[in-house]
Amino acid sequence: MRDDIRRFIFENFLFGEPDDSLGDKDSFLEKGVIDSTGVLELVAFLEESFGLKVEDAELIPENLDSVNSLVNFIERKKVGSSAGQ
Amino acid sequence: MLVNNFLENSARMYPDKTALITPEGRFTYREVESLSNKIAHSLLAEGLEKGERIAIFMENSVDAVISLFGVLKAGGIFIMVNPTTKAEKLTYILNNCRASVLISSKSRYSVIKEVMSDVPSVNVVYLAGDVIREEISKKSYSLLEILSGNNGHQPHSRSIDIDLATIIYTSGSTGNPKGVMMTHFNMVSAADSITEYLKNTPDDIILNVLPLSFDYGLYQVLMGFKMGATVILEKTFLYPYKVIDTILKENVTGFPIVPTISAILLQMEDVRKLDLSHLRYISNTAAALPPVHIQKLREFFPKTKIYSMYGLTECKRVSYLPPDQLDVRPASVGKAMPNTEVYIVDEEGKKVGPGIVGELVVRGASVMRGYWEMPEETAQKLKPGQYPGEMLLYTGDLFKMDEEGYLYFVARQDDIIKSRGEKVSPKEVENILYEIDGVIEAAVTGVHDDVLGEAIKAYIVLKVGSDLTEKDILRFCSRHLEDFMVPKYVEFRKELPKTSTGKISKRGLL
Repeated sequence: MRDDIRRFIFENFLFGEPDDSLGDKDSFLEKGVIDSTGVLELVAFLEESFGLKVEDAELIPENLDSVNSLVNFIERKKVGSSAGQ
Repeated sequence: MLVNNFLENSARMYPDKTALITPEGRFTYREVESLSNKIAHSLLAEGLEKGERIAIFMENSVDAVISLFGVLKAGGIFIMVNPTTKAEKLTYILNNCRASVLISSKSRYSVIKEVMSDVPSVNVVYLAGDVIREEISKKSYSLLEILSGNNGHQPHSRSIDIDLATIIYTSGSTGNPKGVMMTHFNMVSAADSITEYLKNTPDDIILNVLPLSFDYGLYQVLMGFKMGATVILEKTFLYPYKVIDTILKENVTGFPIVPTISAILLQMEDVRKLDLSHLRYISNTAAALPPVHIQKLREFFPKTKIYSMYGLTECKRVSYLPPDQLDVRPASVGKAMPNTEVYIVDEEGKKVGPGIVGELVVRGASVMRGYWEMPEETAQKLKPGQYPGEMLLYTGDLFKMDEEGYLYFVARQDDIIKSRGEKVSPKEVENILYEIDGVIEAAVTGVHDDVLGEAIKAYIVLKVGSDLTEKDILRFCSRHLEDFMVPKYVEFRKELPKTSTGKISKRGLL
């Protein structure tokens, strides 16, 4: 999952910059990796690739602003949805 | 009246009121005033002469705000540089205005180090954040140390209102950014007019997500401080729900947007369910809101007044549509703002009547003094007016008026692209594309985009045998251009269409 996320970020926002140019903890906002339309693309990617529905209220930096926060967010979402089944 | 008086007056009237809320914390008027004074004293101690240029290159933050007020208090001219600016353009701006001081932050450190040897006018660098400054080849200070000093009293003012307060760089069709010169008088006049029609009060709480390098963002701080209101500064509009959350938690009353922000906000259907009745107004400028956005904004924010506005950096703002006219003529950008006059002229400069398309001309106190050290470009935009010494602004934008005098934007006369509300010069992007080894021809145009307004598209012809990919092109662009100038689309062609004189025909591309 982490690799898929990193691949998506590097393909779409960093255009193949070297792998060490973004750490898993680095803030996308601080690093200027992503813009507001990029966030929408990122959300579309999460929904398609991991089969989740991102709610409006989840569009906050705590969930989306680094590779690590994305991994944690997806894991929380997956637990949440299987618990609900 | 000087721009810095906005802060000084409010610090006297409302010392303990919250002036500014930023990711770093909440600051009262007394605190913002005192911190700004400390920066001013430090600049004065450095021997800053009246009218020296000081570039401020940092993200939206309390440091950016106190820096710009500190510069004004010391009699300097501030230049806000977009925080995503790369080394070449930063070098151009610092050299063009011959800035003597650069104020920046840790997050911009790598760019600053890169430009240091190419900017001879810069003597001193101030850096915010915890930085090892030894790597900088110029005299440098830690902003934090300056701010921990105890000389927070207001310095004696050396400026008068016909002095320049700021230079705002804007994209030009030649590819080189032009520095719009604004005096204190220009800016105070613009702030007076805008706060009058927005009916701002000291009770306003204004949320600004736009960069301070964009005059629309900058004026949120200036106008908020003029009124003694509270300004919330976000670094960017990145995570849409965070913005909604801030509007809710801080009881925001004013929210300035550009169409890209509305396009993103309106995708969050849940916003309809929230009570946002305290939001008194939303203002939009930089590009027209599509009618479908206006309709949806009304549904999302039923209690909120929506102001459609039009302006250009060269005079800050031109017109606004009174909110009660939005349903009557949604496509109009209204009438001239208070204390401003407008009319439309034909190619011979004669005023035209309703329904006739011509160039919009602006007359008023907020019209710029010209472009910094660019007399030819200035002469194209500023032409003598009715009285001796008076200059009119020829906007270069084509408009028409209806029978009742409401203005309608028709088209631009130049080929500048408006993407996310920011001006992009195709030439500036093309110049970067031509620097790529393997690119032999390049043309850049704007294509319609529901979110961005216009998206930037690059057409490229590669040298035979070149294996450059779209990603290579975009990577190069993102290393050399501000974020909003990086193309969204790249199309490779075998050749580009030409006019009879051999120039690339952009019309032929479409």
